[in-house]
Amino acid sequence: MSAKEPLFSANNRKLVTGPLSKNNPIMVQVLGICSALAVTAKLEPAIVMALSVTAVVAFANVIISLLRNTIPSRIRIIVQLVVVAGLVIVVDQVLKAFAYDVSKQLSVFVGLIITNCIIMGRLEAFALGNTPWRSFLDGIGNGLGYGIILVAVAFFRELLGAGTLFGYKVIPQCFYDAGYSDSGLMVLSPMALITLGVIIWVHRARNKDLIEEN
Amino acid sequence: MNKQGNTYTFLYAAILVVVVAAVLSFVALSLKPMQTKNIKIEKMQNILASVKINDVEANEAEKIYNKLITKTFVVNVKGEVVEGVNAFDVDLSKEVKKKVDKRNLPVFIYTKDGVNKYIIPVRGKGLWGPIWGFISLNDDKNTVYGAIFDHQGETPGLGAEIANEAFQKPFSGKQIHNESGKFVSIEVHKAGKGTDIHSVDGISGGTMTSKGVDAMLKDCLSSYEAFLKK
Repeated sequence: MSAKEPLFSANNRKLVTGPLSKNNPIMVQVLGICSALAVTAKLEPAIVMALSVTAVVAFANVIISLLRNTIPSRIRIIVQLVVVAGLVIVVDQVLKAFAYDVSKQLSVFVGLIITNCIIMGRLEAFALGNTPWRSFLDGIGNGLGYGIILVAVAFFRELLGAGTLFGYKVIPQCFYDAGYSDSGLMVLSPMALITLGVIIWVHRARNKDLIEEN
Repeated sequence: MNKQGNTYTFLYAAILVVVVAAVLSFVALSLKPMQTKNIKIEKMQNILASVKINDVEANEAEKIYNKLITKTFVVNVKGEVVEGVNAFDVDLSKEVKKKVDKRNLPVFIYTKDGVNKYIIPVRGKGLWGPIWGFISLNDDKNTVYGAIFDHQGETPGLGAEIANEAFQKPFSGKQIHNESGKFVSIEVHKAGKGTDIHSVDGISGGTMTSKGVDAMLKDCLSSYEAFLKK
């Protein structure tokens, strides 16, 4: 990248938009599945989780990118882990101080952001070889790409599993009176995996170039 | 300096760790007061919610709490008042680990129209971590007026449902002593089976957490038996 390239050049914009669809960390790279299953029973925690991961991956990308020429290659994974773990603790502390309710809902999953493969994946694959600004955009893009899938899965699970969205009842009472009932199965993790599978299926069907050869 | 050499690698790791540690300590220390305040306010909101005063705004919780909770004290297992201990500051997570006769048992009294309601904190183990709550009893010290529960990390949609009204509401009107005055606690049964006056419905899919609530109520309420019989 030349130094004169504008901040939002087509090339840089692609860093943000790519992971939203064609290069989505969950749908295409199949990273970060574990937390996508765990926090998607309801919409609100899914959104906070998405924002937290976006913040962590963006800033970790920037920090690693700034350090990239100094990190001894033999301990680079450890350095990445220390940076990520540090950021996650900061996010956890900030949530506890300013968004106490949400931090309680997310509980252990905030800490588990450390183990989210997307973050380590982006640090290793992108931040180590790119400038801070590009790394930042890449982090934002991947965080959002992760986030939209989380929100999509959570939307269906909360709607079908509890009949609510953001905790508000959206399925009218007359449906229940007519014999409709919430599907408890949707709340369990296996249905998250199946929902995710359906989303990937639809996505592949619309993007034929992503379908593997054999 | 050789960037791949051992000296550089060790130095790099040491400096990095010290820097990160310093940053984290700074963040933790500067956010600590807000976090402690959040926890205190949440406890006040919980205590109020157990006597059905819900939706207290965080910034008003302290004022309303001080107005409505007229008396707090700590008793021991014999039902005698323990002097010099602030009921609000009793850390239940430490108390439930002690032997029953060594425990400090906090009681909060809420007075409405001249009638007392007794609020008793409970704490136990769920499936993944601690669960806790507050139970309020009418002035017969037998009939439950209200109950609220909360948890640290129960499965959302399953065990975590103990924090929902649907689980908590049926506690109202249940009795913790049977006709002959014997302590029987309130049992948490399988969903649909908790129909008598001493039991409530558990959560389907949240069996371990439901059992945790059951054990918690038995353990904590039984330690108040002497106090409640007075």
